Amino acid sequence: MKADPGGVLTGTHFLDGDQACCEGALAAGSRFSAGYPITPSTEIVERFAQRVPLVGGMFIQMEDELASSIAILGAVWAGAKAFTVTSGPGFSLMMEHIGYAAMTETPCVIVNVQRGGPSTGLPTLPGQADMMQARWGSHGDYEIIALCPISPQECFDLMIEAFNLSEQYRTPVFLMMDECVGHMTERVVIPPADQIEIVSRRFTKLPRAEYVPHRAGPDGVPQMVRAGAGYGFHVTGLTHDEHGYPAMNVETQHKLVGRLVGKIRDNAEAIVRYEENFLEDAEVIVVAYGITARVALRAVQMARERGVAAGLLRPVVVWPFPERRIREIAARPGLAGFVVPEMNYGQMVREVERCVAGRAPTVLLPHAGGTVHQPEAILDVILQVEAGRVSSASAGALAGASR
Amino acid sequence: MSEVMRMEPPGNPVEAFLRSDRMPHIWCPGCGIGTTVNCFARALLQSKLNLEKVAVVSGIGCTGRVAGYIKLDSFHTTHGRAIPFATGLKLANPELSVVVYSGDGDLIAIGGNHFIHAARRNVDIKVICINNFTYGMTGGQLAPTTPVSAISTTTPYGCFEQPFNLPYLAESSGAVYVARWTSYHVRQITHAMGEAFRKKGFTFIEILSPCPTLYERRNRLGDGLDMMRYFKESSVVRHGASTKEVGLSMQGPIVVGKFVDVDRPDFLSLLNQQLGRTLDAQYTGCERENVCD
Repeated sequence: MKADPGGVLTGTHFLDGDQACCEGALAAGSRFSAGYPITPSTEIVERFAQRVPLVGGMFIQMEDELASSIAILGAVWAGAKAFTVTSGPGFSLMMEHIGYAAMTETPCVIVNVQRGGPSTGLPTLPGQADMMQARWGSHGDYEIIALCPISPQECFDLMIEAFNLSEQYRTPVFLMMDECVGHMTERVVIPPADQIEIVSRRFTKLPRAEYVPHRAGPDGVPQMVRAGAGYGFHVTGLTHDEHGYPAMNVETQHKLVGRLVGKIRDNAEAIVRYEENFLEDAEVIVVAYGITARVALRAVQMARERGVAAGLLRPVVVWPFPERRIREIAARPGLAGFVVPEMNYGQMVREVERCVAGRAPTVLLPHAGGTVHQPEAILDVILQVEAGRVSSASAGALAGASR
Repeated sequence: MSEVMRMEPPGNPVEAFLRSDRMPHIWCPGCGIGTTVNCFARALLQSKLNLEKVAVVSGIGCTGRVAGYIKLDSFHTTHGRAIPFATGLKLANPELSVVVYSGDGDLIAIGGNHFIHAARRNVDIKVICINNFTYGMTGGQLAPTTPVSAISTTTPYGCFEQPFNLPYLAESSGAVYVARWTSYHVRQITHAMGEAFRKKGFTFIEILSPCPTLYERRNRLGDGLDMMRYFKESSVVRHGASTKEVGLSMQGPIVVGKFVDVDRPDFLSLLNQQLGRTLDAQYTGCERENVCD
């Protein structure tokens, strides 16, 4: 279906990433958010609190992130599209409810405007060190979807996509921003509502007697109901059978967890999204996401100016990771290697290494956060890899080179 | 064949409210939680509420399992977070009657922050707290309600912390209806639940319940029946009592009754009033059809 025009601020705007993210939520049809203030994410819900009463919705500021991350799940079971936003410490506090949302298949969007960590870290400065936490942060086995915008425009576009994916797969979806993208102001074009595709909630059309809450369709995703619709359904975070009732046995556990993981893994090719720059003939492949990808693109251009065949692969959807594409590239003859700059001490590089599987050197260019990499630092590593001076084994020697 | 023999067996009037296919339940013999569920079903029966619009939200623990046995839209959430879940549920669809049914540890220890804030906001949810003075599900540990000198597995030499006086906490946080009964007082519980259903705003009913397996046994207080005898003999009905005066002590007197019944606009009324006043005609209200897809 198309977006409800009431929430779509069609036009060309000059917005920062946080504001654009809020407009994305409204365009996606979200009329409910619960949040707790934390830098540098708060502006998203500040704008939402101002905008949403004008389009028939509400914002509530909760007492902490534990509360905000489950209040949105209550709203979703009432039928709303809901999201919350946070950063660093707040993201850590939300982990239990991310697992609960995954287990109960509650579609929702959680925005993490990443800042430097660990702990209170650098509240006003960027980081990208929550990437693995997004993937593995809640206990137990589950799969997740996460998107990583590089601009205010993408904060808008990918927020809509995050909602759509959450409804399509009935799963929590993360928008993994960072402080740079959140506070960067650029042109944002918001199209007319009839040009914005919205995925509606997959409500069942079956009558109560025939509806089995957790019986999945061919894509592994069951249909949903909402409270007050007369279904008398039960939702629990305990291991549950198709009827939603607790069942503490091996068979039910295998069936449920297998399906929760499978519905994302088996559909990964449809979810994965990446962007390629100069990749056709590239011998040095830079893999970067978020703000770091913008810096990396400059480094790639500088390398090209020097006659070095560098290219950039940017995962737009970071989870699930574009495994197949990286395997394909890694199999190219004459490849010099991979360079992975990220604002952390090595997170997504592990995924790259896993996919490359030793077929080419993979070099991490770490950065503890607080500011972005210098393009020259990335260029330096590109040149070293191109010259064959870096093997996988010596990659660690580059730690700190980014400063 | 006589008329009488052709009649259907009379059946239990509360059975329609229970998920019979989930029986037997997990609660121990002598536990009071099931008794309160029976009262809840009777209160629903008498309330004439549209049951399709009633939702029950529980946290974790023995009482947390209530949601799983009641044949309504029911949510078994995470430990301590039934109230914020219920807040989201209610605010996104105000036509729902939302009941939070959970235990003292869940609502007042791990969930204590949510409890006071929901009461402060006067969110229109009905909180039923079964207080058995301990953590039952995990084996009888110290609760924020464990009386001084009582033995728990984590205070093996006796509790020395001052327990919460729950009605006092609820009233001072802003609850508009506060009552306490014990699982002995089945008619009064049913009546209080009915009153709470009719009341708009944050209501709180504390129900003391035996935990024969973990609290009574460890404290040599006998079995469930002995606890019921204590509830019967030591309860003093004092409607309107100052909540400050109704704290509990180990096997001491129990003040029961309806302590608070006041009127104060609930969260949604205030929200609509404030935004309506500020935004005037621009404010369309956050009605269900807008918030929900």
